[in-house]
Amino acid sequence: MTRTGAGTAWTRAGAYWFVSLRSRWRGFVATSVLTPLLYLAGIGFGIGTLVGPVERSGGATYAEFVAPGLLVAAAMQTAVSESTWPVMSAVRWSRQYHAQLATPLTVTDVLLGHAAAVTVRLAVATGGFWLATVALGLARLPWALLALPAAVLAGLAFAGPVMALSVRLTSDQPLTFVFRFVVVPLFLLGGVFAPVEEFPAPVQALVAVAPLWHGVELARAASLGPGAGATPAVLWGHVAVLVGYAAAGWAAAVVAYRRRLS
Amino acid sequence: MLARPLALVGRNVEVYARYRLVLASGAVEPLLYLAGIGLGVGALVGDVRTDAGSTVPYAVFVAPALLATVVMNGAVIDTTFAVLFRLRFARLYDSVLATPLGPADIARGELGWALVRGLLYAVSFLAVLAVAGLLRSAWAVLALPAALLVGWAFAGTGLAVVTWLRTWQDTQVVQTALLPVFLLSATFFPASTYPEQVRWLLWISPLHHATALLRGLCLGEVGDPVRLLGHAAVLAALGLAGLAVAERRFGRLLLT
Repeated sequence: MTRTGAGTAWTRAGAYWFVSLRSRWRGFVATSVLTPLLYLAGIGFGIGTLVGPVERSGGATYAEFVAPGLLVAAAMQTAVSESTWPVMSAVRWSRQYHAQLATPLTVTDVLLGHAAAVTVRLAVATGGFWLATVALGLARLPWALLALPAAVLAGLAFAGPVMALSVRLTSDQPLTFVFRFVVVPLFLLGGVFAPVEEFPAPVQALVAVAPLWHGVELARAASLGPGAGATPAVLWGHVAVLVGYAAAGWAAAVVAYRRRLS
Repeated sequence: MLARPLALVGRNVEVYARYRLVLASGAVEPLLYLAGIGLGVGALVGDVRTDAGSTVPYAVFVAPALLATVVMNGAVIDTTFAVLFRLRFARLYDSVLATPLGPADIARGELGWALVRGLLYAVSFLAVLAVAGLLRSAWAVLALPAALLVGWAFAGTGLAVVTWLRTWQDTQVVQTALLPVFLLSATFFPASTYPEQVRWLLWISPLHHATALLRGLCLGEVGDPVRLLGHAAVLAALGLAGLAVAERRFGRLLLT
């Protein structure tokens, strides 16, 4: 009998989520490729025919401007969907967590395994989107390479806190509110479709509290290259906010998982 | 003839009365779309030349399309996710069949309930448009019945589609199918953006008919009434066909 080393036990928990994906990976890949192409066509090029160069972003075309925004928005969407209902289901309905805890795995292993699976899905979804923007000539290499880690980091900044919330819930009604009052408002007002400067100051302040706008600004700066006027100090500030959210979210998730599951 | 479907509508009203907050907060979403797309993107766009030839601010142009989209999404979600749950998981309709209601009454009742909710979405959205000064014509009073017609078309379609869904994963197909409809139906930009050779393809999109109808009424672009009536006829026929299919399929699913 082989003993699982303590350092790698969580990979067993992570493996579960990949096996469970096996039957539906085709749909997942298809949507990961189709979604960005449709958004870039409809929003980027469609609305793009109505909009001139975006002055605030160094005269980028609207398609170039909106592409990194949509990339980070997709990261947020994927991260939040993967850390809401699947987590509640694993605690309450299908109870995968309980099954995993009946083995030598610890609560942290179970959390780490699920978080790793979420991260991989995040990387696949944003990777598909990123490739589409590059293929359509909407990102300026080589700096645009950095847009991908920026988007994944923004996704993780959402995943941690949301997992910490979902694991505690007894009803899924609050999740409706997470989408309605956090995800959708950020998507529409968080600088994805238009610079936040176009909105009133209170909206800008609220948007700056959440991770999305920081991720969008980072990815946009990377995607448009150094010519678009972003300053390193400001960009490091965005990185700090995102890392802070991800770290605090992770810590909160560890506490919440321990409380709920052990 | 309507009493039995209305019994099911009444059941849903009672159940959802517990979720008043969820229902009421749904009115926030259109506002956000209006702010984000109408004002945000509108600030970048400026004025747009519509397909009917008038020049209007982008917010005025896009608002009817957002109304059409909100009603579409509401109708589709209410008739797929919610009905799938009642059909396959809660098995509500098995108990409904123990009453004098039959499968056709179930389909009609769910359609009626979707229309009630569609009315809520449409009234709140149109009220906002009126207050924000985004309605440009007295014809806009007809936008309310037109929005109900949009709800009818998509709820009918949704009820037909839901009978083929088996698991929650299948709803992903619905979401994926809605995406090109949402993004490419000349909602955010005029149809003239497309080259003339492919523009006729818009006729296969129900959301295009919905948007064209609502835009015509909200902006008072009614110079070509035959065209508007054509859009309305397509929507009416779509809902009718969907309901007919749904009635038969519900019978087959529930009685065999």
